[in-house]
Amino acid sequence: MATSATQEKVHYDSVDAIPLGEINVANPYLFQNDTVGEYFTRLRREDPVHYCAESRFGPYWSVTKFNDIMAVDTNHKVFSSEAKLGGIAVQDMHGIEGALELEMFIAMDQPKHDQQRKAVSPVVAPSNLLLLEPIIRERAGAILDSLPVGEEIDWVKLVSVELTTMTLATIFDFPWDERAKLTRWSDITTASPETGIVESFEQRREELIQCAMYFKGLWDQRIDQPGGNDLISMMAHSPATRDMPFLEFLGNLLLLIVGGNDTTRNSISGGVLALNQNPGEYQKLRDNPALVSSMIPEIIRWQTPLTHMRRTALEDAEIGGKQIKKGDKVVMWYLSGNRDETVIDRADKFIIDRENPRHHLSFGFGIHRCMGNRLAELQLRIIWEEILKRFRFVEVVGEPERLLSNLVRGITRLPVKLHAH
Amino acid sequence: MINVTFVSADGTRRSVEIDEGLSAREAALFNSVPGIDGDCGGVCACATCHVHVDQAWMDRVGPPEEGGMESDLIQFAEGTTETSRLACQIPMVPELDGLVLHLPELQH
Ligand code: HEM
Ligand code: FES
Repeated sequence: MATSATQEKVHYDSVDAIPLGEINVANPYLFQNDTVGEYFTRLRREDPVHYCAESRFGPYWSVTKFNDIMAVDTNHKVFSSEAKLGGIAVQDMHGIEGALELEMFIAMDQPKHDQQRKAVSPVVAPSNLLLLEPIIRERAGAILDSLPVGEEIDWVKLVSVELTTMTLATIFDFPWDERAKLTRWSDITTASPETGIVESFEQRREELIQCAMYFKGLWDQRIDQPGGNDLISMMAHSPATRDMPFLEFLGNLLLLIVGGNDTTRNSISGGVLALNQNPGEYQKLRDNPALVSSMIPEIIRWQTPLTHMRRTALEDAEIGGKQIKKGDKVVMWYLSGNRDETVIDRADKFIIDRENPRHHLSFGFGIHRCMGNRLAELQLRIIWEEILKRFRFVEVVGEPERLLSNLVRGITRLPVKLHAH
Repeated sequence: MINVTFVSADGTRRSVEIDEGLSAREAALFNSVPGIDGDCGGVCACATCHVHVDQAWMDRVGPPEEGGMESDLIQFAEGTTETSRLACQIPMVPELDGLVLHLPELQH
């Protein structure tokens, strides 16, 4: 029975009892209590391209099946990412008075998207990343060595956040003692006052200007020192990026930081949780640590760190038999497509030795496919190799807490106990 | 059956056979030739099946269609040249029997 007429926090006896038209999978509470999966299962079965006529995000379409999501993601000429049309999340991007408008190619269409991505993409090409592997490994080892064994600790705070900040600092060759700045700048880039992270758009603007000046300082130093493998040196020396207008450079830099921050952090936490919920898989991994390479993409599928990307239809179109009108908001629910049993074998199971583990939607597909996907996999592989060397069991000893967000699928607290070999 | 030779970045040559109608991506994957990831399943959506077509075969294979999805995507692969193609977009037809493809060191 409905206890309230509003869409948020409505309570029915079961998901199946809710009238289809009332389903609003963008309700952030469904992600916080991790029940959204049941809604997606129902939509995939009964109404895979679903229209929600009313929500606090306005009306929107939900695309829930793997192949329909692929069709939208690869049709960038019809489905736009443009910030001015609302951007890439179900929550519209707004031009806000007092906010510093950062231009990022993730929220641009062709041709500008292509020019910018082409310029920046080589800095995260796998051949460059291999050069950074030894430093990332050494620093990950040091963080893990500093953890107390046998005591209850918060894995998110002491490990996932630390390791992610460390790798970000390493790939930018950022002054080590000031690395917490990177996490802060990443947080404020996506923050609005209602998140509590900043008090006002003016504060956000001011902090971003400090960030800009800081990076300008690093850029100016490195432009005179050839040969650095870090992302700032590479951008300062590459003909494609060295003459970039400064705000564009800043936007791209912050996109690299933001893109790799929450997503990697939550993959580190999500992996520990998944292995604890699937002890048989954890045992397989202990017996054969080489499975790390197929486990990493499976963790990324399982966690789906970004639940969705959104597009805006530039013309009338059809998806899965439904008529989409020009201007409609279309949400590709990667989290749902990643559980689509018609495409992924035993999609509701976490299996670390799948044959085609990279066949998942977590990085998107098409021209906006995650540019940092190899970097993400590399970091996670190193981290897991180092964890396995040190700990027989990272035991989850309490309930995980989850983020109130319909975009970032986040774990905010995960109590664990470490057991050495 | 169509014959395809893959040349790895280190110079190793592997000759394989593949059914007509499949693609050069499948020719590699179904015969366990390393160097092609093909994450999207061969639907031209990921660019992790990047290959360099041997100069001698470029006339018959041709460049990606201008303005199509393949040209949109391939620009983001690492180390592309004028003979770059996505292997999943090269169908195995009899005229390509004997085709030689060079593999990049890594797929981005
Ligand atoms: C497990 C970790 C990660 C996940 C799940 C993830 C996910 C995604 C997704 C879903 C997209 C949009 C795809 C689409 O619209 O089709 C994206 C784009 C992007 N990601 Fe990631 N990402 C991760 C790590 C990273 C890292 C480490 C970086 C840093 C280099 C990064 C940089 C980017 C950039 C620059 C884009 C924009 C690409 C474009 O618009 O062309 N990501 N990512
Ligand atoms: S396999 Fe994905 S583009 Fe060829």
